[in-house]
Order: sequence, then structure tokens, then C-alpha cells
Amino acid sequence: MKFLSSRRRHPLAGLLVVLLGLIAVGASYSAFRPAVADDTRDDTELIAEGRELYVVGCASCHGLNAEGIVTKRGDNYGPPLIGVGAAAVDFQVGTGRMPAQRPDTQIPDKHPAYGDEEVSALAAYIASLGPGPAIPAEEYYDVTDATEEEIVRGGQLYLTNCAACHNYAGSGGALPEGRYAPPVRGVEPRYIYEAMLTGPQQMPVFSDEVLTPEDKHDVIAYIDSLDTQANYGGSNLGSLGPVGEGMWAWLVGIGSLVLAAVWIANNGARAGKSKS
Amino acid sequence: MSPDKFHDPDFERHKAGKDNPEDYGHDLDRAPDSDPDAEPIPNPGLPEHTPRPTDVDERLERRAERQVAMLFLAAGLLSVLFCVAYFVFEPGIEGETFVGMGASNASLGLTLGLAMLLIGIGAIQWARKLMGDHELIEYRHGAPSSAEDREEALAAFRAGSRESGFGRRKLIRNSMLGSLALLGLPAVVLLRDLGPLPGRKLEHTVWKRGVRVVNDVTALPLRPEDLRIGQLVNAEPASFFEHEGPDGETVPAEYEGTELIIEKGKAAVIVVRMSPEEITPVSGRENWGIDGIVCYSKICTHVGCPISLWEQQTRLLLCPCHQSTFDLTDGARVTFGPAARALPQLPLMVDEEGYIVAMSDFEEPVGPSYWERG
Amino acid sequence: MSTTTSKASVGRGGQKGQKPNPVAWLDERTGLAALSKKQLRKVFPDHWSFMLGEIALWSFVILLLTGVFLSLWFKPSMTEVEYLGSYANLRGLHMSEAYASTLEISFDVRGGLLMRQMHHWSANLFIASMMIHMLRVFFTGAFRKPREINWLIGLGLLQLGIIEGFAGYSLPDDLLSGIGLRIAEGIMLSIPVVGTYITFFVFGGEFPGDDFIPRLYTVHVLLIPGILVALISAHMLLLVYHKHTQWPGPGRTNNNVVGYPLMPVYMAKAGGFFFIVFGVTALMGGLMQINPIWLYGPYNPSQVTADSQPDWYMGWLDGGLRIMPAWETTAFGFTLSWNVFVPAVVLMGLLFTVLAVYPFIERWITGDTREHHLLDRPRNQPTRTAFGVAGMTAFGVLWIAAGNDVIGPMFNLSIYAITWFCRIGLFVLPVLAFIITRRWCLSLQRHDREVLLHGYETGVIVRSPEGAYSEIHAPINPVSAYNLTTHERRSPLELPPREDANGVRAPQPGKERVRARLSRFWYGDDVDKPTAEELEEAHHHAAEHGQLDGGRHVGIETGGHVGGDDFDLEQAPNR
Repeated sequence: MKFLSSRRRHPLAGLLVVLLGLIAVGASYSAFRPAVADDTRDDTELIAEGRELYVVGCASCHGLNAEGIVTKRGDNYGPPLIGVGAAAVDFQVGTGRMPAQRPDTQIPDKHPAYGDEEVSALAAYIASLGPGPAIPAEEYYDVTDATEEEIVRGGQLYLTNCAACHNYAGSGGALPEGRYAPPVRGVEPRYIYEAMLTGPQQMPVFSDEVLTPEDKHDVIAYIDSLDTQANYGGSNLGSLGPVGEGMWAWLVGIGSLVLAAVWIANNGARAGKSKS
Repeated sequence: MSPDKFHDPDFERHKAGKDNPEDYGHDLDRAPDSDPDAEPIPNPGLPEHTPRPTDVDERLERRAERQVAMLFLAAGLLSVLFCVAYFVFEPGIEGETFVGMGASNASLGLTLGLAMLLIGIGAIQWARKLMGDHELIEYRHGAPSSAEDREEALAAFRAGSRESGFGRRKLIRNSMLGSLALLGLPAVVLLRDLGPLPGRKLEHTVWKRGVRVVNDVTALPLRPEDLRIGQLVNAEPASFFEHEGPDGETVPAEYEGTELIIEKGKAAVIVVRMSPEEITPVSGRENWGIDGIVCYSKICTHVGCPISLWEQQTRLLLCPCHQSTFDLTDGARVTFGPAARALPQLPLMVDEEGYIVAMSDFEEPVGPSYWERG
Repeated sequence: MSTTTSKASVGRGGQKGQKPNPVAWLDERTGLAALSKKQLRKVFPDHWSFMLGEIALWSFVILLLTGVFLSLWFKPSMTEVEYLGSYANLRGLHMSEAYASTLEISFDVRGGLLMRQMHHWSANLFIASMMIHMLRVFFTGAFRKPREINWLIGLGLLQLGIIEGFAGYSLPDDLLSGIGLRIAEGIMLSIPVVGTYITFFVFGGEFPGDDFIPRLYTVHVLLIPGILVALISAHMLLLVYHKHTQWPGPGRTNNNVVGYPLMPVYMAKAGGFFFIVFGVTALMGGLMQINPIWLYGPYNPSQVTADSQPDWYMGWLDGGLRIMPAWETTAFGFTLSWNVFVPAVVLMGLLFTVLAVYPFIERWITGDTREHHLLDRPRNQPTRTAFGVAGMTAFGVLWIAAGNDVIGPMFNLSIYAITWFCRIGLFVLPVLAFIITRRWCLSLQRHDREVLLHGYETGVIVRSPEGAYSEIHAPINPVSAYNLTTHERRSPLELPPREDANGVRAPQPGKERVRARLSRFWYGDDVDKPTAEELEEAHHHAAEHGQLDGGRHVGIETGGHVGGDDFDLEQAPNR
């Protein structure tokens, strides 16, 4: 106990207590929350539940009423969420980007902290604050029966609008100052749709009025086709472009051929005497 | 078998010194073999030959022989397998896959590659284990010809030169050299039709007053209210696509084929929307945007890559080729990287039907700098 | 050998009832026997580093073989066609015939994708192996007289190989090759005065036009390969004429070459190596995807992809373009783009000029006009080695710059930070590398000398009756000892004395003074091998202390001689 008491005036002690409190509240909530989804809940209930979750998990950065928090320097500590819509919440929380571990310009995806129902409750609450893009209907991102024509069109849209950041094969790419565009391969179609719709983090918005829901559907169909098609030429070596290929040419090609040259020039064991 | 089985007459010849360097009396410039007296350790000479296990043990020799033959046989088998794979597996998207790879390509590469490798390994193993193992000595000759040869060659040249009168008959010589030099002209002139002269072609694009700005690929015309803050549109002039004319009629695409690609390489633009208050308009361009919507050339001013990596929070536009970075809130000023000039801005306005159109062509040439650009 | 056979058969070959003799038949028409009698048993020395150039040669053969296969289907045309082939993701799109036929090779020709990928991998290996071959030649001094011309031919091969590679990956007219050509256009435009004219003549008008792919195709399959074949032949002929260099060693001198005969050993080894290079290339082509053009799509000047980079051998140039500051001058209505012209045109010229003149500069500084057939250990030429490592470092910095968009996300670094690192590093790191390498070589020389004089450290520690501890040094075997003394003693050039015996002042041209100073810089710090007397004295000294007597029964050191610490530079008598 001496360890703790000697540090209670530490500058971070207060923060730690608050965090422990938050965790305790969260844990007790998750212990007591209804185990089965109640389909009959009406919107008001959902919004209220979302509000509760919001206050506990999000308000510290985004403000108690989602009005955002501005730092003394004038930066957004957490941006205002009024009008971002349910789609943004579904993307950010559903992919685990929110809640963020720390405020940063690049917030990576991780294992989601909230379950599906909690996400929809949070989304309902944020959507209730102001009009914004809604979570898309499944028909727009369900690409299981996309036609060949749609995939080809999606490919052209992808190469025109997406490949510049996310790379020709969807394996992501570099942005200024250590930021990056994440890979889009293996991402759930709904999240790809929502990302285009809402423009999370540094990604620009591709609104439904310009890149129509049909266009987005086709882009998703193209990305999906990349996931299902084989690497016809063998291992894709990370799809990092010619720099990656050059590295493998040196490592595998020149490496093995130099080893072969060493073997060829070595004249092997001798009988009788050991090698001097 | 004794190690002597590879009796080599040449080797003996070298040993007997028949081919010794004195035979070539013309290598004066060669770095000498070190003076034995000046060297701390005398040259011990070529070490005595030690036989290999396969030279002294018949059992090992036969084993090596079998090993090499097996390698060759396995290579032959793989060649047959290559043919089997060729006919069994379909190429392309209809074909089978093998751990995520195209089965046709992988199996052909594997069988061909292994067949080749085994032949190579067999041949080298043969050389290392079974072929003659005595190192031979060959003496060098100096690179130059002998002094006599050189003298004779020069004499021959002088004789030829004298008989031709090349040095003496200056009129003939100079007129011939002159005529040969002038032959360069036809050679150069012939290449004139490789391409047209540049003229002012690099200074203009197909943008002109009233051309609608449409979304690339889908040709959808844009209205200001369609764009949200933080939106990026990769756009083209409507004349690249089948589009709606001024009276609502359908106008076919005005450019196609090569011409379309050439014009696209100059006219491609990006349209973005930011909040009007964060934009610092360049003086004289205050009315070039529409309520925070601005349009810039998509062709980098460095060496011409299309740029559309726009970070919507920092408002920075990055070129994926050489990382030039442009600040779109500040007239596309260069903030980092090798590009020396801001991206040209396309002035925008709204037509009667509420669609975004160009106010004019770019006021400066788009794309990389060039000498006459000024 | 065959001489006797052919001589004996002269005049008898046509007689009736005589068994046909193919050797005689051929020799009566070509006189090949005279050539063969020498060349069939031509001696090649064994060393792994002598086979690096062979990788390049065999890669070139693979390039020719796979290239001919590809040319059976490839259509070098920019005519626009609608793609109706089997790759569904692009079906119905308009594209050039060049791109459509590349798709056909990849998806509809069995084995076509394998050949295309082998062609691309072997192009990468061709240039990589030329580079490491060139480094071997550089660091061992094999470019010295009489091989300077072969160095220049090799340099020409490297340059042509790089251009050929660029032409090759530009031909399919996919998005990445189009971006590469667009950058090439930007570079051409940056050339002062004539830039736009060159561009319009090369592309037949504005970029990209529809003339360029057919023109490039002729360059790629006819012009450059033709010159490559001619230069490779010249390279090999000179190799045969000069005979291969060799490492010095017992029995291996500047006047001979010791090794195995072409027939049979080197036919088997070199021929076998061809199959190994081919096998490795085929395995890479089968299992490692390279340049998946179907994912890039046909060239469209308004599209771009992240990771737009050139193939690695153009990386140094692209790296230069990336790190060059944004300098541009506009004056009198004209624009000069330093930001493009300097890294792309000037840097390229500089690199190849330095490489081309190096042998001649070194020869002038060292004043060495003799033929050299024995190779240098890099440590015994500290200044040359340091220059080489400095050059490699600069090249490496440019490589890093060209990969900044891959390295950045991979190591969580800012691409701006990498760019700044390279901007500074391009000038600082080669200097550091030079200093470190030179010191390193000199201390290796010192180590060699020490081993010769005092033997190697056995790691056996003994305690003397007095209680002192010392490490036993044992002599190295005679062959190793000889190997350490095979290099020449070198001394810097000396200026003749300013005044001769009669006190007459001789003129000393400034050029000669510069040369003497450079020569001192080149050789002045070398730690020379011991002389026979020094060696004798050291052995004598050791024998007194019971050491260096064959290492079997080690004596006990009584004095303060511990390790090799008693050697220092002042004792080196070579000043």
C-alpha cells in the first residue's frame, strides 16, 4: 500500500482514478445490460440507451452534448458530432477506430469496443442530434450478385477515385507526416460504403449525390472481386508495387544465385589430408 | 582408379616450361612477378594435388555417378510433368487455383524451374565429383602485339596512306570530309517528321467558358449543393463524355481515342469543397470558387503525375509519385516536395440550370514546366 | 588434340570408301581446329565472385528466349480496341492493343503469364547481376590495365540494360507504365531550350499520342538488343584475349592463370549455371507475381495509384527527383526547372561519367602503367575501397528516397522525415562511409601485418611461474602467411627534388604537385607488409620466448609481451 499512498499526489493519479471509475461503470453496465436484443424497443429507448453509452464512453472527448471540445490552441480535441449521422458512428465505432486510445490525426482500426447493439444505440443517439448520412440499406453494399458490367465499372471508379491513396490492389498507401491510407481489402462492405459516404479522418467525402449509391455498390463489388480472385502469377509479395518486387529480386534471385556460385566454385572435400 | 587417370599432355607441357613467358618477349609493361628477394615469404608454388574421395574410393565414385544420373532422370520426369500441367490446368480466371495462386502458372513454373535446376545441379555435381580435377597452368602473354608486329602494322598503314595520297592531296581529302560531314544533314532532316512542332499546344486545354464539370467515369454533372464540406470529386470536362447540350439535347463525346487521352492528360481536374472562411483566395481569384468549392488541375506541376490524394482535415494534396504537397486552402501553394509551382486553378461558376461550369480555360499551362513556359 | 586428326585427313577427305570424318569436314571449310586446340582447354580460375557476370550473361539469354516467346503475341500498337478477352474485371473497356495483347498473353496463352513474369524477373536479375559484377571488378581492381576498355564496355552494357528495362516495362501500356512515361515526358520537358521539341519528336506530338509504343517496341526488341549482343560479344572476346584475372596465391602469379579447363570442367560448371539461373528465374516466375498489369488497368492519364514507383534499377533517379528541393528559375520569359533537370539529367550524366573515368583517374594518380592480372584485396586499396563504399552509400540513399512511400507506412515514419533524411544523407553519409571504410581497411592491413609478425591469437591463456598471464600466439600456416604478403608494396609518387645536384632549380608544374599530393592521399597511410628482415627478427624474438615454434608444444611467455599490443605504427618502416 505504501506504493500507492506515496503516489497519490502524482499528476496522473487523478486521471487514473477517473479511468478506473469509467472502467468500473462500463464493466458493471455490461454485466447488467439485457443479454438478448429486444427487437421491440422503439427509437426513443434506443436513443436513450445510446445517450447513456455516449456519456460514459465518448463525452470526454466529444463533449457532453456532442458539441465537440476545442483545445486552448484552437484544435479539435474531439470534433463535434452533431450532423455526422449514423453512418459515421457505425463506421468509426464498428471498426474499432472509436473510442480512440488517444487523440491523434491517424486513429487505427482495432478490435471494436462495443457490440453491434451498442453501436446501433450510439448511432441512433448521434443521428437524433442532427440530420446526417444514415446507415446504408443492405441492398447497396450487398455485392453477392454483382454483374460483370458492374464490377468493370466499379474498377474504373476505384482506379480513378480510390487507388491514389489505397493502392491498385487495395493494400493502402502513404500520406503526409506518417499518416497512411489503410488497406481496403478484407473490410466489410458496409464499412467501405460508410467510409465513402462520411469521409472518416483524412479521407475525403464521396457524397451519394456525386458518387451515387449504385456507383458505391460497384466500387465495393470491384474490391470484393479482388478478394475473391486468385493471384494468377503467384504470391503477390504484399502488392507494394515495383519497390517490393525489386527487393525480392535481390533477396531471392540474386541471393540464391550468389549462393549457387559459391557452391559451384567450391571444390569440395578432399581425401586424405584435411584442408590446410 | 588412380588419380593419374586424367593424364593431360597440356599440363605436362606447361610443367616442362615449353610455354613459358619468355616465348612472348613483348610484355615489358607487365607488373613483374615480385622480386623473390624483396618478398618476406617466398612463393611456395602450387600446392600438391590432393585427390577427392571419389578419386580414391570406387564405391563413392559409383555413388556420385548414380546421384548425377538420378538428377538428370528426375529433370526429364519434370519436363514430362510440365507437359501434363500444360494440358491439365486452364490459365486465367477460369483456371484452378492452388493456395491462392493460379495453378497453371505455379505448376508450369515449378516443373520447368525444378527441371532446369536439377539439370544444372547434375552437370555441376558431375564436374565437381567426377571430371578431371587437376588444376592447369596457362601462361599469360602481354596484351600488346610484339614490337615487330606493331612496326609492320604501322608500316602497312603508312604505305596504304601514302599510296592513297590522303595526306598529300589536301583538296580531295578536305572535299571528301566536307561532303561526309554534310551527309549528317539529311540524316537529321529525315527525322523532322517524327512529330509536329510544339507550337502553343501545351498552353491550352479543352476547358472553356460554360463547359460543365462532371464526375469522371460516370459523367454526372455537379451542382454546388451536391458537394459536402470535405468532398473530393475527380472531374473532367463534359465534352469528354456523351452529355446534355444547352437545349437539353444529347451531344456525343467530342473526343475519343488518342485525342481523348491527350486532352485528358491536360484537362483532368479535382474539385473539392472546404468551408469558405478557411480559404485564402489568391488576389484576383476571389470569384473563382463557389461557396468554398474550388477546382484545380489534377496534373502535378513537377513531372505530370495525376494527383488526387487529398487529406480532408489538413486540406493537403499529395502527389503519390514524388510527394509534392499542395495546400488547397492557399491557392494550391507547394508546402513540401520537389514541385516548384502551385497547381493551376480553374475558375468556376454556375450555369442557368444550377450546374458547375468553367468560367474559362486555365490561365496558365498545366503540368510540368518547360523552357518556353515563361 | 584435334590438330593431328585434321592434318592427317587433309587431302584424304574426298577419297572414295573413306569413312566420313565430321571434324575434317568442318575444319576443311572453317579452319576451326587451329582455334580450338588452344581454346578448348582454356583455363578459368575458380572463385565464386568470378561467376557474377555469368548470372548477367545467362539472364540475358533467358531474356532473349522469353522475349521471343512474348513477341509472338504482343501487338505493339496504340490502336484503341474493346477488350473482349477472358479477364472479366476489364471486359468491355476501351484500351490500346498493346495492353489488350498483354492481357491475352497473361490470361489466354498457356504459359504466357509464366514467360511474361520470367521476362520481368530476369530483367531485374540481369541489371542486378551486372551491378554486383561491376562492384566486384571495382573493388578487386580488375578494371586496371589492360582491362579499361572492358570496363567501359561493361558500363555501356549497364546503361543500355537500364534503358532496355525501362522500355520493357513501358510497353504493356498499363497504368503504371503510363505514369512512368508521363514522368519521362516531364524530364524531357525540363531540358533547356529543346525540351518541348524533343518531347514532341519522341512522342510524335503531345503525350502520349499513338506513335510511341510502336517506336519504343523497335528500340526494345531490335535496336538495344542488337547493340547489347554486339557489346557482350566484344566483352567476352576481350575476356578470352586477356585471360581471366585471378587471386594471388601459391603458384598463382601475374604471369600465369591457374584453374580448370573450359572443356570439360567449365563447360559443365558454366553450362550448369545457365540451367540454375534459368531454374531460379522459372521458379520466381511461377511462384512470385510481378507487375500484375491486370490490376493496374489500361493507361488513363487521369488515374494514379499509391506505390507508383519505377522498377528498382531506375530507383536512384526517381529518388533524386523526390528529394530535390523545389528550385525553378524564370527569367527573360524562359523557365529552367532545376528541380527536374538536376536530379534526372545532370545526376545521370554525373554518375556515368564518374564511373567511366574512374580507371583513368586512378591510373593517373597512382602513376601505375603496368598490366595487372592479379586482383587486389579491397583492404589493400583503402582509398579505392572507400570511394566505392561511398558511392554505394549515395546510391543506397537515393534508393531509400525512391521507396519512401513504402518505407514510411511500414516503419511508421513520416515520408517528409525520410525525404529530409535523404536530402542531408546524400551529402553526409558518403563522407562518413568513406572515412569509416578507409580507417577500417587500414586497421585490417595492420591486423594482417601483426598476424604475420606475431602469429594469430590462440585464445590459450597461460600463467607464468611469476604469476603473469599471457596469451599464446601461434604462427599461421605458410600458405596463409604467403597469401598475406602477395600484394605489392606501394609508395606515393615523389616529386623530383626541387634542386638538382648542381643547385639548379627545376620547374615543378602545378599538375605534378597536385598529382603527388593525391598520390600521398591515396597510399600515404598504407600499412605495408613486413620486410623479410622484420619477419626474421619477429620470429627470432618469438623463438627466444619459446613461441612460434610450430604451435605444438607452446612455450610460456615470461616477459610483458601480451597479445599484439607491442606493434604500433611508428615501427612501420615504409615511410
